[in-house]
Amino acid sequence: MGQQIQVSGLDAYYGKHKAIADISMTIEPQSITAFIGPSGCGKSTFLRTLNRMHEVIPGARVEGKVLLDGEDLYAPDVEPVAVRRMIGMVFQRPNPFPTMSIYENVAAGLRLNGKHSKSNLDGIVETSLKSSNLWNEVKDRLNKPGAGLSGGQQQRLCIARAIAVKPEVLLMDEPCSALDPISTLAIEDLMAELKNQFTIIIVTHNMQQAARVSDRTAFFNLSGQGQPGHVVEMDDTSRIFTNPSQKATEDYITGRFG
Amino acid sequence: MTTIQRISPNRRFKDRLVQFLVYLSFAIAVVPLVAVLWMVIKNGLARFDLEFLTHSMRNIGATDAGGGAYHAIVGTLEQVLLASVISVPIGLLTAIYLVEYGQGTRLSRAISFFVDVMTGIPSVVSGLFILAFWILVLGFSFSGFAGALALSILMMPTVVRSAEEMLLLVPNDLREASYALGVPKWRTITKVVLPTSFSGIATGVMLAIARVAGETAPLLLTVFFTDSINTDPFSGPQMGLPLFVFDQATRPTDTAIDRAWAGALTLILIVMLLNLAARLIGWWRSPAKGR
Repeated sequence: MGQQIQVSGLDAYYGKHKAIADISMTIEPQSITAFIGPSGCGKSTFLRTLNRMHEVIPGARVEGKVLLDGEDLYAPDVEPVAVRRMIGMVFQRPNPFPTMSIYENVAAGLRLNGKHSKSNLDGIVETSLKSSNLWNEVKDRLNKPGAGLSGGQQQRLCIARAIAVKPEVLLMDEPCSALDPISTLAIEDLMAELKNQFTIIIVTHNMQQAARVSDRTAFFNLSGQGQPGHVVEMDDTSRIFTNPSQKATEDYITGRFG
Repeated sequence: MTTIQRISPNRRFKDRLVQFLVYLSFAIAVVPLVAVLWMVIKNGLARFDLEFLTHSMRNIGATDAGGGAYHAIVGTLEQVLLASVISVPIGLLTAIYLVEYGQGTRLSRAISFFVDVMTGIPSVVSGLFILAFWILVLGFSFSGFAGALALSILMMPTVVRSAEEMLLLVPNDLREASYALGVPKWRTITKVVLPTSFSGIATGVMLAIARVAGETAPLLLTVFFTDSINTDPFSGPQMGLPLFVFDQATRPTDTAIDRAWAGALTLILIVMLLNLAARLIGWWRSPAKGR
């Protein structure tokens, strides 16, 4: 479980505007990779190209290759829907389905994609909620609406929902930016546990968070206003935060700009 | 040291004045509503009885008392139901296209434009259109169904507009959350977007129904008049409540005038019951219920 992602020569556009240029990197399985960099440098855009969510936006398109375990996600005969089942996503703001209960939220990915027996679903819902450390808090009110939970609980519910479909990779787009420090800690602990089963990629503006949770870190930057974003360097997190090879990285993590 | 500024008498006076004006305009706006309801209830109760609800006007002489609106109630219910069956699916699908698929395309802009144009069609024109097209050109006879066609022309733009508003209110986050789970677009629409906006759409549909239930002009030209019960909306003239009110109110006898008031009361009650049903459905489906 958890597969390697290889990206080569990837460009992404919004209409005519080129948002990211020529990104190549290898993301190791069963590890946490963090993307850091100033706002607007294309971290989230790049993350969304990895599960073909980028093209959901009208006019958006991608050029280049993304290989999941050797298979090109952008090959012409690949179904975007199938890609997204293998590469799950957690968003910046918790977004449980408001019409569904906690149970239905977790089961949504499976239910909406086909038939599952009740007992089968019960088991998956329970294990997903347990792996997202939410089970003890909600086990007595599984039939209450998911929107009634606190922000931190909602975000863990969204993680449970994402892992219930058993993806290989989990993309997290600033998952803690709307949460308080305690909920953030809960999610960081959770990520450390989940990394044994999934390849995890997290976009974060919080450099302490990147340093705490990730194994490898990629630093994104812009050459200038209106220019596409690119990867300045990618290395083991410990190296990036102690001895980066690029001046720009050092300036950014020491707070000299951005 | 700075002191915190006190409210000046001048500001306090302006505040009171504006507050008074707001209440006053509200009261003025409510006057016609209350007046209409009061008049209809006061005058309608005289003949609002079991006979009125269960008998037609067949064999009731010009000056006779008695008789009822059963034929008109049946007609209105059937015509409105048929009009909804025609216009709700078309309207809803149009709204889904406009919001989910057509954003910014030339076709969707054209559709939006024509929906706006349709909203402005006077009701008599939709009746004339069905009369000219369905009855004169295609040669079908007057029927409840022809009336339903005319009503559905009036209903459709209202359904499209209200459903569109409700679909636009669904946060994009939810669509993305669903896509990210690997759910195809059409299932996202049917299982996430529509349930989320369900109560709003139901309310919009009910408002559209309420609007057409009271239309007289399109029926005048399409269903014709009858004093008898005709439960088959597909053949022969049928009656409708607005027509019944119109017909009775133009007769010179007091008994007929009383029947017209009772008919108006029945119409208002039917629309109110439909609204109530929509609220109940909306409440029953509302996500906040079990919190």
